[in-house]
Amino acid sequence: MDDRVIIRFDHVTKQYDDDLPVLDDVSFEIERGKFYTLLGPSGCGKTTILRLVAGFIEPTKGDIYFHGKRINNVPANKRQVNTVFQDYALFPHLNVFENVAFGLRIKKMPKADIERKVKEALRFVNLEGYEQRAIHEMSGGQRQRVAIARAIVNEPDVLLLDEPLSALDLKLRTEMQYELRELQRRLGITFIFVTHDQEEALAMSDEIFVLNKGKIQQRGTPKDIYDEPVNRFVADFIGESNIITGTMIDDFVVEFANQQFTCVDHGFAKNEQVDIVIRPEDLELTTVERGKLRVRVDSVLFRGVHYELCCYDTHGNEWLVHSTKKADIGEEIGLHFEPEAIHVMKQSGGE
Amino acid sequence: MRRYAYAIPYWLWIGLFVIAPIILIVYYSFFDIEGHFSLVNYETFFTPVYLRMTFNSFWYAFLITAISLLIAYPTAYLLTKTKHKQLWLLLIILPTWVNLLLKAYAFLGLFGTYGAVNALFEALGIGTKQLLFTDFSFVFVSVYIFIPFMILPIFNALEKLNPSLIDAARDLGANEWTTFRRVIFPLTLDGVKAGCQAVFIPSLSLFMLTRLIAGNRVITLGTAVEQHFLVTQNWGMGATIAVFLMIAMASIMALTGNKKWGVRQ
Repeated sequence: MDDRVIIRFDHVTKQYDDDLPVLDDVSFEIERGKFYTLLGPSGCGKTTILRLVAGFIEPTKGDIYFHGKRINNVPANKRQVNTVFQDYALFPHLNVFENVAFGLRIKKMPKADIERKVKEALRFVNLEGYEQRAIHEMSGGQRQRVAIARAIVNEPDVLLLDEPLSALDLKLRTEMQYELRELQRRLGITFIFVTHDQEEALAMSDEIFVLNKGKIQQRGTPKDIYDEPVNRFVADFIGESNIITGTMIDDFVVEFANQQFTCVDHGFAKNEQVDIVIRPEDLELTTVERGKLRVRVDSVLFRGVHYELCCYDTHGNEWLVHSTKKADIGEEIGLHFEPEAIHVMKQSGGE
Repeated sequence: MRRYAYAIPYWLWIGLFVIAPIILIVYYSFFDIEGHFSLVNYETFFTPVYLRMTFNSFWYAFLITAISLLIAYPTAYLLTKTKHKQLWLLLIILPTWVNLLLKAYAFLGLFGTYGAVNALFEALGIGTKQLLFTDFSFVFVSVYIFIPFMILPIFNALEKLNPSLIDAARDLGANEWTTFRRVIFPLTLDGVKAGCQAVFIPSLSLFMLTRLIAGNRVITLGTAVEQHFLVTQNWGMGATIAVFLMIAMASIMALTGNKKWGVRQ
């Protein structure tokens, strides 16, 4: 067994009563020292995975291994993992120091050590001098940091973060993304981060698990997942995209919008029905004559860094284009793209 | 001006039914049995007879509160975990709608020499016991009557408790007992205090039960007030005891006064 593997899920299913399983026969491995993100819409099972790792719930079927040992029935308080909760779950009756010291006091650590470690943890999250503050005196961002300090002070092997940034405003959220990534590098421990925000996932992770309906749809680096989505769901969930159906005529030749195009994909059956993804930023505005596709502009939105154009081709397919060039509504334009911009996916959705 | 007009019924009510009676009680406490102004009632209060009664009142009120709390907290805790909690809660509240006197008479029947409990004892071979007119039956019946008032505020406090705080404590290594001791109990302390006030204060001045259930074997300040006003007609002494009862209650309210924790931040 690879000793870099720290957590292993072996055909884990979680089901409440007779409802559909919230997690359906999921297997994966988590390695030491990496930043993982579980990404998916609400109800996809990402928080369930987190709660299974933390030990708040037990799997209905399958096994969970931690450092190679089966931990299905080990209670949360006996696991080497700590959690940063979505609502922070700071103890309102304790001040900042006592909140952070909570885990150490339970371990009956000597007072001087507690003092030193708590101060160190607070320095780590830039909250020096806030020891005696009450929790209700802290702002949202500060509470967030207290929650992180309270978790990392216990030196867990794995830190679980349950949508910890969702309650913060945009500017603070972006700032905390940098800080969390930086913190993970400095601590060198495994982070498992849960979010439904794809930009957050792409910006922070070493590896992303995209989940839907209790199953892992795709796992890979942010670049893999963005550039090579395996199915319609992943393509649609990660970033904005144009997804249309097409036919794989032959290796490197695909047909959609009643035209044939060269592409870089191969290994499909002849004339297989496929889904095609082209990212809006890969479509380039040009004249009708030079364009590979001929479309009519339906609406134009100014997005700051670019214009977002919504166009329709003659077959009624919608094309979303991100461009720095502007076009007028109703105007006929051409769209140009490289063969690499075409991503072909199997319709069944497998990898 | 309109705003003040709305407050008139409120101030009338408070004035007539709260402030005026208190002033009257304090006024009466300065008259002896012949109607002369004097401090003799206050001197009498500090004699062993009345000090003993005061001690008794506090002791029984303390017993009733402590036993209620010991039963009510686990009950409230279990209630928050049950499926049909509103139904269970209703069943607990229901007896409070029955008149106190009726409940007391029901216990006279149950605990009497030929009552249901003694019949059961007889059948089990334990033999008939003297249940009525004992300290035990007094405390038992009082706890029975007051326990809903202890369960309700504790139940509400437990319901308001953010469940992720319990997860957080477990996550940080606390076992179930430590979680209870360091997180659940401190955060429901307000409910416990409210419950203790709701039980301790009325049980300090209990009077009817002392006669019906305890057969005047337990004499508390409440009994003494009743006797002075209705039997010995010494209104001055009765009022003086009432003054001390009010002082005691006010100080308990002040001592258990709430500092508010935001339960869900």
